[in-house]
Amino acid sequence: MSDQTDDTPAETDDQSPDSADNSGKRTAGFDAPHETSGQYLNHRLNAMRAGELGALPIIIGLIGIAIVFGMLEEQFLTARNFTNLLLQMAPISFLAIGVVFILLIADGEVVSIDLSVAFVAAVGGTVLVLLQRPNDPGWPWWACILAAIAVTTAIGLLHSLIITKLGIPSFITTLAGLLVWSGVVLMLTTQFSSAGTIRIQDDTLVGLASNFLPDWLGWSIGVAVVIVYAAAQLTRMRSRQQRGLNAKPLAIVLGQIVAVAAITLGAVSIANSDRGVPQVTVTLAVFLAFWTFIASKTAFGRHIYAVGGNDEAARRAGINVDGVRIAVFMVNGFMAGVGGIILVSRLRSVATNTGGGNLLLNVIAAAVIGGTSLFGGHGRVVSAFYGALVITSIQNGMDLLGMASGTKFVVTGIVLLLAVLIDSVSKRRRSARGLA
Amino acid sequence: MSENAAADGESLLSCRGASKAFGAVHALYKVDFDVRAGEVMALVGDNGAGKSTLIKGVVGIYPFDEGDIYFDGQRVKINNPRAAASLGIEVVYQDLALADNLDVVANMFLGREQVHNRVVLDELAMEHRSREVLESLSVTTLQSVRQVVAGLSGGQRQAVAVAKAIMWDSKLVILDEPTAALGVAQTRQVLDLLRRLADQGFGVVFISHNLHDIFEVADRVTVLRLGQQVGVIDRARATQQEVVELITAGELAYVPGMEESADQ
Ligand SMILES: Nc1ncnc2c1ncn2[C@@H]1O[C@H](COP(=O)(O)OP(=O)(O)OP(=O)(O)O)[C@@H](O)[C@H]1O
Ligand SMILES: [Mg+2]
Repeated sequence: MSDQTDDTPAETDDQSPDSADNSGKRTAGFDAPHETSGQYLNHRLNAMRAGELGALPIIIGLIGIAIVFGMLEEQFLTARNFTNLLLQMAPISFLAIGVVFILLIADGEVVSIDLSVAFVAAVGGTVLVLLQRPNDPGWPWWACILAAIAVTTAIGLLHSLIITKLGIPSFITTLAGLLVWSGVVLMLTTQFSSAGTIRIQDDTLVGLASNFLPDWLGWSIGVAVVIVYAAAQLTRMRSRQQRGLNAKPLAIVLGQIVAVAAITLGAVSIANSDRGVPQVTVTLAVFLAFWTFIASKTAFGRHIYAVGGNDEAARRAGINVDGVRIAVFMVNGFMAGVGGIILVSRLRSVATNTGGGNLLLNVIAAAVIGGTSLFGGHGRVVSAFYGALVITSIQNGMDLLGMASGTKFVVTGIVLLLAVLIDSVSKRRRSARGLA
Repeated sequence: MSENAAADGESLLSCRGASKAFGAVHALYKVDFDVRAGEVMALVGDNGAGKSTLIKGVVGIYPFDEGDIYFDGQRVKINNPRAAASLGIEVVYQDLALADNLDVVANMFLGREQVHNRVVLDELAMEHRSREVLESLSVTTLQSVRQVVAGLSGGQRQAVAVAKAIMWDSKLVILDEPTAALGVAQTRQVLDLLRRLADQGFGVVFISHNLHDIFEVADRVTVLRLGQQVGVIDRARATQQEVVELITAGELAYVPGMEESADQ
């Protein structure tokens, strides 16, 4: 009996290579290994109709913003304003990266969110500022950074334990966190300064969000980015072709490389005609690349998407769903620390109201506007960047036009609503297709 | 104990005296259940008869309170789904549990992703293997293994779930009502798939309420009633009418309440 049971599955294994050889006959139903560019574009178009919009709404939005504000205000499309924009968008971008991860693990009915992220960032910033005060205790800049990030990551862990172990929804947990951590910022800043404002004196820490790279370095980094991107795309295409798998047509790959080169080098050239590429933009690019790698190339990233797509499926597949949730909140806490450091570095100080105002709204709006679904499982890390760019451009443009705060709030709110609308329409399309 | 296993040496899986209570409810009571390699064993019974509970016991989601499990002639303890998977037992649940937002390859390897250098997903190897397995099941209606699962038909989703289950050196594949939500043509596809699995040497457990489907594909039928096993019959030597009678009025060997007090 054991002969039979032991051998048969092995037999099917042995057959597999054969069946691969036969694939000519049998794969008739699968994708043809070599598509033409036309077929490829057609596929993409169909996917868009079915709700996989990708970066399209963002590109349209950015072009619209450039046209409208460019016509209304001549300062808007200048190199000076471009570098300003890169500086202004930095804190939102870092925080939105963490929020993208949080939104990814939403489980359909209950939205997964972090309402406390702006104040957690402020706690991190406050820790940094307190530790760098000369002789009191006057920690070196890198130790201040590590301490700030450690504190915010621990806060993320705390939130996640309350959410997973006590079963309190993230919405409520982080709403409480919003109050608690804003209180902590207030207590710390007033405790250590009668004026409620503590300045950063360490030059390295101030430079994090305000330094510019020399022109040659900006160019070198820009060129390196293009080369790495091109090499990655081409090797990917080659290795897929070698394994007989469906690969993007060469014309499309080359087109994408040219587009990336044009945008990257164009941006470097504009920035260099002003003060140069901001150091913080390169830092942001490094974090975007790192977290994109984690999200799309590792098993952990895959599990995040699985938890957001169908947590029951993830659980049955042996994935530690609570473990993934905890890790994601820690990632978010980590990025809140990084964003908080950039935030206080940009302000050159921490004050009682740091982390307040519309920072939270801007961060969540950035993640959603960038294309991350509120319903979980859909979205890319880079959407944090896209969304922050859109939100910051709009606010920057309105600032240049001298619009009142009230108007700015109303416009930002409407843009957020628009993004959520696009999200739910494409979700409906996706599920309509699912049922078809 | 081992004599028991010897008593049914033919079987790939044997459950002996499996019992499971949820509070006062005896979901299963002293159930014997056997599956051979290369056969389709149908598991039938009315709603609440204990079919799903029996399966959950076998795969360690709700381990049995009492009773023994033998697999490949060895007595085994299965306390969690991982243990079942490492023995080669795979389940395809009624709701399939696929992640709609991921593509076919990602779903087939979910939780068991292949990586190189310990970190980076080996997408090429996974894609290659997925295609091989789907081809070995003669599943050719899929357009692309990089298609997101949300876009698949019910039969295609079922095929992906089955392919996922047999990919891991598995020996026993359990399907909980795989045809319940399918139309005629897709049911046909799935039944053919079950038959092919058995012919390739897998043990197959097929849970269904549809006797017509069962009589088309099963070799034997185990009938549960009120948590007890009331008969195991050979498909070739029985009629649907006899099975219906067992389901609705099969004789219970134990009266649970009385047995309980007698035990104590
Ligand atoms: N987790 C649980 N907690 C309490 N009772 C349960 C649980 N799971 C199953 N039961 C009970 O055990 C009994 C058997 O249920 P089971 O789901 O195994 O039936 P089934 O044969 O699969 O029915 P169906 O055909 O409806 O799927 C039922 O009375 C059910 O209410
Ligand atoms: Mg059931």
